[in-house]
Amino acid sequence: MSKSVECALELQEEVLRAVAEGQPLNLTGGNSKAFYGRPATGTTLAVNRHCGVINYEPKELLLTARTGTPLSEIETLLAEQRQMLAFEPPHFGNHATLGGTISCGLSGPRRPYAGSARDFVLGVRIINGRGEILRFGGEVMKNVAGYDVSRLICGSLGTLGILLDVSLKVLPLPESEITLIQERSAAEAIRMVNIWAGQPLPISATCYDGLKLHIRLSGVPEAVAAGKEMIGGSEAAIDHHFWADIREQRHPFFHTERPLWRLSLPPQSAPLPLPGKELIDWGGAQRWLLSDASPKRIRSTAEALGGYATLFRHAGDNEEVFHPLSAPIKSLHQRLKHAFDPHAILNPGRLYPDL
Amino acid sequence: MTQQTGSNVGSAQLLSELRAILPEQAIIHEAEALRPYECDGLSAYRQVPLLVLLPEQAEQVVQIMRLCHRLNVPVVARGAATGLSGGALPLKDGVLLSLARFNRILEMDPVSRSARVQPGVRNLAISEAAAPLGLYYAPDPSSQIACTIGGNVAENSGGVHCLKYGLTVHNILQLKIVTADGELLTIGSQCLDAPGYDLLALLTGSEGMLGIVVEVTVKLLPIPQRAQVMLAAFDEVEKAANAVGEIIAAGIIPAGLEMMDGLALRAAEDFVHAGYPRDAAAILLCEVDGTNEEVSAAAMRVNQLLRTQGAVMVRTAQDEAERIRFWKGRKTAFPAVGRIAPDYYCMDGTVPRKRLADVLTSISRLSTEYGLPVANVFHAGDGNLHPLILYDANRPGELKCAEDLGAEILELCVRVGGSITGEHGVGHEKLHQMCVQFNKEELAQFRALKAAFDPLGLLNPGKAIPQPRHCSEYKTLGQDTLTAPGDRREYRA
Repeated sequence: MSKSVECALELQEEVLRAVAEGQPLNLTGGNSKAFYGRPATGTTLAVNRHCGVINYEPKELLLTARTGTPLSEIETLLAEQRQMLAFEPPHFGNHATLGGTISCGLSGPRRPYAGSARDFVLGVRIINGRGEILRFGGEVMKNVAGYDVSRLICGSLGTLGILLDVSLKVLPLPESEITLIQERSAAEAIRMVNIWAGQPLPISATCYDGLKLHIRLSGVPEAVAAGKEMIGGSEAAIDHHFWADIREQRHPFFHTERPLWRLSLPPQSAPLPLPGKELIDWGGAQRWLLSDASPKRIRSTAEALGGYATLFRHAGDNEEVFHPLSAPIKSLHQRLKHAFDPHAILNPGRLYPDL
Repeated sequence: MTQQTGSNVGSAQLLSELRAILPEQAIIHEAEALRPYECDGLSAYRQVPLLVLLPEQAEQVVQIMRLCHRLNVPVVARGAATGLSGGALPLKDGVLLSLARFNRILEMDPVSRSARVQPGVRNLAISEAAAPLGLYYAPDPSSQIACTIGGNVAENSGGVHCLKYGLTVHNILQLKIVTADGELLTIGSQCLDAPGYDLLALLTGSEGMLGIVVEVTVKLLPIPQRAQVMLAAFDEVEKAANAVGEIIAAGIIPAGLEMMDGLALRAAEDFVHAGYPRDAAAILLCEVDGTNEEVSAAAMRVNQLLRTQGAVMVRTAQDEAERIRFWKGRKTAFPAVGRIAPDYYCMDGTVPRKRLADVLTSISRLSTEYGLPVANVFHAGDGNLHPLILYDANRPGELKCAEDLGAEILELCVRVGGSITGEHGVGHEKLHQMCVQFNKEELAQFRALKAAFDPLGLLNPGKAIPQPRHCSEYKTLGQDTLTAPGDRREYRA
């Protein structure tokens, strides 16, 4: 087990100094997701020195840790008790921290079947842009006292507060897991995964990589076997790392310097009417697209389908990363930002230009 | 800020302008007709509103909010008024906006597994409409026959199944809301996420203080192939509490894991003859669901675990009729307890599961101290307690005594690392305890957040988030000096 260091008060002092000097801060953890979002500005404040697991209680399905704790350390600890982070977060590097994971709010292959990062957040301790240390939510499964700041802050890219500690709900590891592989067209793959999602089957991930549909089944061996019978297909070798490769974007699909788009769509949306290559994840609800089509065209296509598009990697100069917000929603974001960070010192411009 | 409501507008002006927005039958302003709207499910607090409005289109809500914003009139939204924390308690100088007529299911999509519904649709009606498609809506508060989905969103309602299937926040995709200044916004999306801040999560459970929900898209899940419930009886409450932790430690997430103590289970047994052993100190109801194979495997293990943990009796429901009977006792526990005392007061604290046994012991000690019996019925799997304090409002001082005991129980929950409310909301009822759970900077952050949505403080002012003055009075002078804004009557729950 690695170190445990409490330095909330030091970080608080740094925030107060930044407020006094009007100096914006660029918050960094393990730098594994530095690529994600708009370019950082401001003085670097490394928050990963605040680290260590504070409380892990398998019987409570609860883990609380300081946000500088390496994600891999948390996952190892959980695995020892046959538990897991059910949102299957991507690491995108060896030094991913809990704080970066929750600040980015990204989830892996299990997301449509188990829930997203924010679904598992129970509570947080943060430093807001006034340098105040605040606690929201807690270590219990249900808590509706006050506004749900813990979940609001998940995915806010550090623009509302510096995460100090996070409490998460964890889940048991499935007893057994297999992956089935079927050859289908993209349209057929989308149709089938939506049909299966409406049936009581132990599916925990589906992904179509352009050639083959991969279906992961998780649960007690009897249920997995019955699911296999229902769904069919050939069983992947036990040591395959398809899902980890998809989660970490190590799969050959991602081996490129072309712009990588993430489209979030209604799950039944047909294969994208856009040039380029498409990988269909999350039961159809998440599409990875390698395309040189204009951002305008990609965003308007996503909107027409009822979704939106993020320029996830390899954005060109001056290209916006996140999908533009409507005027009233944008103004609401600005007012919220001001409510948490009135001096605009926390990761300004990382999410949207004027946040 | 939020206290300066009502302004100087005469109700005549408000009324005449409202008549341009709504038909006459959608405006209630006569004293007798207003009376039924004076309280929600927490009837201890009552206040007749200035007006009740019954719009049936989002555009009317937009117009109403623009008007109220211009005239600085506060607005309290209300669904079926089954809430137990006074969240829909009206204001004397405010409009009560009933969403009851927004009662249509707009769309059922079996392919994307979602339903687009109006906020006044009843929780259970969604599952009933989805059943022919093999789907259902998972959150199931005890009031699901009556409570509306709009109210569920406002309270982030849970229910028996939320340990496995989550709360309202985990089961909705998109909201349409009308803001305090009368703008119609779409929050969330028809996808699994949306760009920018997670406003969908923030709006859920915001108790009608950030926006008025006029449409909800919920997720639907496939109906499990099979569900099986086991009833276990224990001769000590502590053993039952420990068994809860052991089931979860074994890697089983039951669909429902409920506990009732002796007083509660006997009341329920006498009321509906559920088949509970009257001599038990506590019972657990543990339901497992899923595919046939999953259920068989889990049921066998739960059965063994319960016995290992010292259950004196374990019974598996033999058929669907027996399963429904086991649950009926739990679901009618509140009215059952209502039969054994003139009045009861329902609390809603959460605690870490490992503290269940000692919290129950402390509640029992407090019960003796205050001289009022407490029956415990709760969602043991999530550590969500519903202590029911029995009292008689006709005896002078007993209501006050019940309230004081309730406050002590909630503060006990906070002390052991829990929360003052798991699913009923803060509303009007638990403002004092908010001062215990949060410090002044945290409460100030909540108020700043509220102001980002509603700078004039027109949406449900005075609920959920106490003002600084309120907390300083509560902490320094004690609760006796505080007066409730509503006209307080006896509890008739």
